[in-house]
Amino acid sequence: MKFSGAEIIIKLLERQDIEIIAGIPGGANLPMYDALSASPIRHILTRHEQGAGFIAQGMARVTGRPAVFFATSGPGATNTLTAIADAKLDSIPIICITGQVPLAMIGTDAFQEVDTYGLSVPITKHNYLVRSVDELLCVIPDAFRIASSGRPGPVVIDVPKDVQTAMLEFDAWPEPGGCGFGPELMAPELAHAARIIDEAQRPILYLGGGVVQSGSSALARAMAEKASIPAALSLMGLGALPVDHPLCLGMLGMHGARHTNLAMERCDLLIAAGVRFDDRATGKVAEFCPDAKIIHLDIDASELDKIKSAHVPVAGDLVDSLAALLELVRPADRSPWLGEVAGLRCEHPVIIPGADDPCSSYGVILKAAELAGEEAIVCTDVGQHQMRTAQVYPFLRPRQWLTSGGLGTMGFGMPAAIGAALAAPERTVLCFSGDGSIMMNIQDLATAAEHHVNVKIILLNNNALGLVRQQQDLFYGKRYFASDYARRVDFLKIAEGFGLPAIDLGCSADPGAALAEALAQSGPCLIHVPVSADDPVYPMVPPGAANSQMIGGKVHV
Amino acid sequence: MCKQTVIELTVNNHPGVMSHICGLFARRAYNVEGIACMPVNGGSTSRIWLLVDADERLNQMIKQVDKLEDVLMVERHDGGHAVFTRMAEFVA
Repeated sequence: MKFSGAEIIIKLLERQDIEIIAGIPGGANLPMYDALSASPIRHILTRHEQGAGFIAQGMARVTGRPAVFFATSGPGATNTLTAIADAKLDSIPIICITGQVPLAMIGTDAFQEVDTYGLSVPITKHNYLVRSVDELLCVIPDAFRIASSGRPGPVVIDVPKDVQTAMLEFDAWPEPGGCGFGPELMAPELAHAARIIDEAQRPILYLGGGVVQSGSSALARAMAEKASIPAALSLMGLGALPVDHPLCLGMLGMHGARHTNLAMERCDLLIAAGVRFDDRATGKVAEFCPDAKIIHLDIDASELDKIKSAHVPVAGDLVDSLAALLELVRPADRSPWLGEVAGLRCEHPVIIPGADDPCSSYGVILKAAELAGEEAIVCTDVGQHQMRTAQVYPFLRPRQWLTSGGLGTMGFGMPAAIGAALAAPERTVLCFSGDGSIMMNIQDLATAAEHHVNVKIILLNNNALGLVRQQQDLFYGKRYFASDYARRVDFLKIAEGFGLPAIDLGCSADPGAALAEALAQSGPCLIHVPVSADDPVYPMVPPGAANSQMIGGKVHV
Repeated sequence: MCKQTVIELTVNNHPGVMSHICGLFARRAYNVEGIACMPVNGGSTSRIWLLVDADERLNQMIKQVDKLEDVLMVERHDGGHAVFTRMAEFVA
């Protein structure tokens, strides 16, 4: 057989079962687009390459499988970088294929030339600059293997235009790249870990994104139940255990519940699974779980002993390590500890101001959750609305919750929600956003309208950068600078201009009914909720402080 | 003066490998005091020796290097390596 490089790329993507690719064509990737036009793969034309990257992330986060997006050379490639860095920090398997100027022109400052390979080195799990057409037969399957194996992550493949047009004669297609095996478990470490768990009086499970990624949430739950161990969730771990599970402590960290952070202070053993001790989760590390021994389970050996040194570090796939530990630990009832944890919850309950008011920032989240039902996927941007959703949304299953955790990218939400809706067209996707965040990728409202995706954007508009303003309020003497917008944008008209139906809950006589009606329609919709800029998200741990030093969120304040 | 050690890497030999490795050190403000690199196995792989200060971050550095797709093997020589003692003669 004889194919061009571009045809080889598209055919190999088909063989990887890629069904949707988001992206934007340009001079240097037109051969790939020409080949794509003859493929059954559906293309989603975005208005900005960052949007394409987050659409790919949305698909990958929902399915757990690598998703692909395209960009041209130069500005196309630089526009993808934020979405790629975001995927690196949250360990999301995406593959970005960029066009590049022809090989002979590389390094000459050619039109739309940028060093995509060099730019993407620190923000990818691995990256390629393909120098000859035959390399594609290895590089494409390898990219899928690397993106999905071990700790998942993004891969960039930069393909010069003349490599795309070069012809190659070859005999057989390579096997698609799949997920490899995790590191082999060390039996003595597991036995040691099980013994420490059995001996612990006040153990806590600390579950993170790795539990979701590895598909081990059922094992984590079984472990919690067998040994009566309460479990705290990191931001990325939400959904690993249903919030209504009696052993679920909810989210810990900077905006975690008081009782959760206080229980962490009291534990004598921390079983950390698929977490990386992020500073927003731990607060001041030296005072995080000060009395606890640590068992750290992770597929990435470099996470072990990175921030906190573990008494028992276990490198391995959580599916293997949790299954092995589940076998080894003895059943226990630990009623004194569970009683103490319940007491903390009673003494420091979660306070939800305005829970019954669907026009308030918490109330609309709860009302939308009730109306959208258990099947909904929940996506957020970054800011106060994100923390509030993390705090109160009743998450029940893994991969229900898509948020930019590590990089904290404003602009993530709406395009990621489009990706989620494309990957799971049968579900409703709720996208909670803020006026600051949505403006960072507002252009892809056009994409949402064009593809009639079932995304309900719930826009909490305080006409400010809420979390910035909150820090200025608490830690910078209320000197609000550059955090309030001087002009109000009319988001209803913006939505209308992009072809999306929109409603304003603020001027609705029956906001609950209006929200229900909006969610019941198929296709995209913008739901505008004006909120105050003066309501901080509580509790809050000041940056750099210990998690025990929470501000606000008390019963009598 | 900080105790020094030598990390010996076997890597795939292509133009991007050095930037992957050096980037890991640079972003952590971890200085590489000496570098030597030679192709082996007819040029398909290379051997790289890095002379670095052995501070408390070294184990983390080695784990990070080990994660790189193009790094096939990592060895640590706490007693130093002849590559650098001989190279030292050129700058003496």
